[in-house]
Amino acid sequence: METVLISVLNGLVYGMLLFMLASGLTLIFSMMGVLNFAHASIYMLGAYLAFTVSEFLGFFPALIIAPILCGLIGAAIEIWGLRKVHHNGHIAELLFTFGLVFIIQRLVQMTWGMLPMAYRVPAVLDFPLFALYGVNFPAYRGFMLLVSACMLLGTWLLLKKTRIGLIIQAALTHPSMVSALGHNVPMVFTTVFAGGCLLAGLAGVIGGNYQTTEPGMADSMGPIVFVVVVFGGLGSLAGCFIASIVMGMIQTFAVVVDYSVADLLRPLGVVLSGDTLLTEVLTVPVARIGALLPFVMMVTILFFRPRGLMGTRDA
Amino acid sequence: MTSLIRRLGFAFVVLSLAAVARPVWAQDTIKVAYVDPFSGPFASGGDEFLKVFGYILQKVNADGGALGKKFEIVPFDDKLQPAEALIALKNITDQNIPFVMQCTGSNVGAALVDGVSKHNARNPDNRILYLNCGALATELTNEQCDFWQFRFTGNVEMRAAARIKALPKDITKVYLLNQDYLFGQSVQHDTRKWLAKLRPDIQIVGDELMPFGKVQDFSSYVAKIKASGAQSVITGNYNRDLNLLIKAAVDDGLNVRFDTYLAHLIGGPTAIGAAGENRLSTITEFDPNVPVELKKPDAEAFSNGWRANHETDFSEIPFLTMFQMLAKAIDKAGSTDALKVALALEDMKATDMVGFPVQMRKEDHQLLMPYYAATFSRDVKYDAEKTGFGWKTDFIATTEDLTLPTSCKMKRPAS
Repeated sequence: METVLISVLNGLVYGMLLFMLASGLTLIFSMMGVLNFAHASIYMLGAYLAFTVSEFLGFFPALIIAPILCGLIGAAIEIWGLRKVHHNGHIAELLFTFGLVFIIQRLVQMTWGMLPMAYRVPAVLDFPLFALYGVNFPAYRGFMLLVSACMLLGTWLLLKKTRIGLIIQAALTHPSMVSALGHNVPMVFTTVFAGGCLLAGLAGVIGGNYQTTEPGMADSMGPIVFVVVVFGGLGSLAGCFIASIVMGMIQTFAVVVDYSVADLLRPLGVVLSGDTLLTEVLTVPVARIGALLPFVMMVTILFFRPRGLMGTRDA
Repeated sequence: MTSLIRRLGFAFVVLSLAAVARPVWAQDTIKVAYVDPFSGPFASGGDEFLKVFGYILQKVNADGGALGKKFEIVPFDDKLQPAEALIALKNITDQNIPFVMQCTGSNVGAALVDGVSKHNARNPDNRILYLNCGALATELTNEQCDFWQFRFTGNVEMRAAARIKALPKDITKVYLLNQDYLFGQSVQHDTRKWLAKLRPDIQIVGDELMPFGKVQDFSSYVAKIKASGAQSVITGNYNRDLNLLIKAAVDDGLNVRFDTYLAHLIGGPTAIGAAGENRLSTITEFDPNVPVELKKPDAEAFSNGWRANHETDFSEIPFLTMFQMLAKAIDKAGSTDALKVALALEDMKATDMVGFPVQMRKEDHQLLMPYYAATFSRDVKYDAEKTGFGWKTDFIATTEDLTLPTSCKMKRPAS
């Protein structure tokens, strides 16, 4: 019971961090039809910028400044990069963001070096919030939950309750109509791209010291974010939210499960023994392949429901 | 800010140097090819080692090099891929470079052992020696041993023996957590073997393999370790797989020791910081506090010479031993011919910088050398990576302690 409760909490924290990243990605995708490969790189940039800013001004100013910088970088990428290659079609845009991944990676290595940064949780948040069956729940994880919940609420209000949100939603599905009504659609695109990058930057700021800030962090976060977006349904914020939480939970729960497929079969009277390949595969405990499960789920959902959980169009 | 600008400047210098890599005094130096990752996620290791070799060569060349010539290192990027390493090997043999070093990754090491052996069989007039300075899998000097490979670093089993010998006496319950790939499985196997041999009083309460480099959130592992009642986690994890584990353990208030193999690797102390104080231990080949504890001022001065210009620490004493032994072997052979140098290296005895005896065993070409077990502590003269914490030696496993049997049946060349 105690492990279940603790895993739920940890899964929630991780899931919300994933959502912060994935929501920006899915917004950008639904608007521009481009899967932004460089999204996790912006997340990494957010962590590094936050580290540098917090060296001078402290963590809380960094929490505001670093995401804004990431947003500006995103806007610049959209205006001077994506927009230029847009008329060559989606493949060109896709390849452009793919190239960006390597450029940002290299720039980060050249600027900050290849070693992990000493980016730490601020002292005011570095205490156990409460203890659950003898296991501490750190205050910083509570803070992460708070920030991501505020961000979720903010994005929802912005998209559903304001005029800007109305235009963005309209531009998602009917760009030419919105343009005909006199709205600056390219401007809307830039705003959305910058907004997505801002969210990725914010995730970087609070994820960078929760995990480690190092040049490999984009590589480790990139694939799982794509899985979340595809699983939740491309372009659907609600689906993205559900998928993030599900993936977060799965990854934390898989670790505590020591059963294997063979254990499931045992009550049915199937007993595996010997040294065959099949036995090897079926007796691997779930904990050992936990990190694979999200990818298995993505493949499964693409097979049975190509548009994802709540997607509106096919992937 | 200045350090940022300096790094940028440095990066540009390195890039421009790489562009004009071909050396000017090609005739006057003894070239040693160096294959390691210089790009991709593991680039930090290769990059750092290259700088360390530069520092070591200053000393070795000032001491006279070999045959009156200086050594020169020619780097090749393998991206930690065996296939890339073999392409580099082709390039190296085309340039008639007689020595190739490689210090990261047993998968690449295994490919090089095989590649070098085949090359030498086919090209007896252009043979090459593989100097292994960091492919640790025990097999490489056991079942897969080869005459053309010399390993100048302790294999996993030697490290495991040192690890278990150094465990505090009051520990009775341990948890093994390792990465699910060649190295992690090798650590898991040899740790179990030496626990059974040396510490039958210890109970293994958990034994787990985790996906390599894929786990983002370690809090569930921490909960599991806590539930098992272990007093110590013995792990071969390194980089983020270790740093995140220890961070999560401290956050969740898990009070156990971490008896690791590789916590001292570059970047580890910075990423772990205060979280590791007095509970994190590692197995090293050297660290800057060893000469202080053993009162060896020369070694301390050498390690300080590195420290003065770098933000990292000098711990690669076997690299120095390797070049000193290589120089001696070349002088003895009177040429850089791979076969003659190999014969000269066999059974060669030497003294490392700290003064311990080392020996290149003829049977398996494994360097017999000492290891140090050290704890992350505030109570040291030299801190690691300017963190305020450094490695304090608790135990020295001597060369005799780590002279372990080998199963190598080496095929020796006819002439």
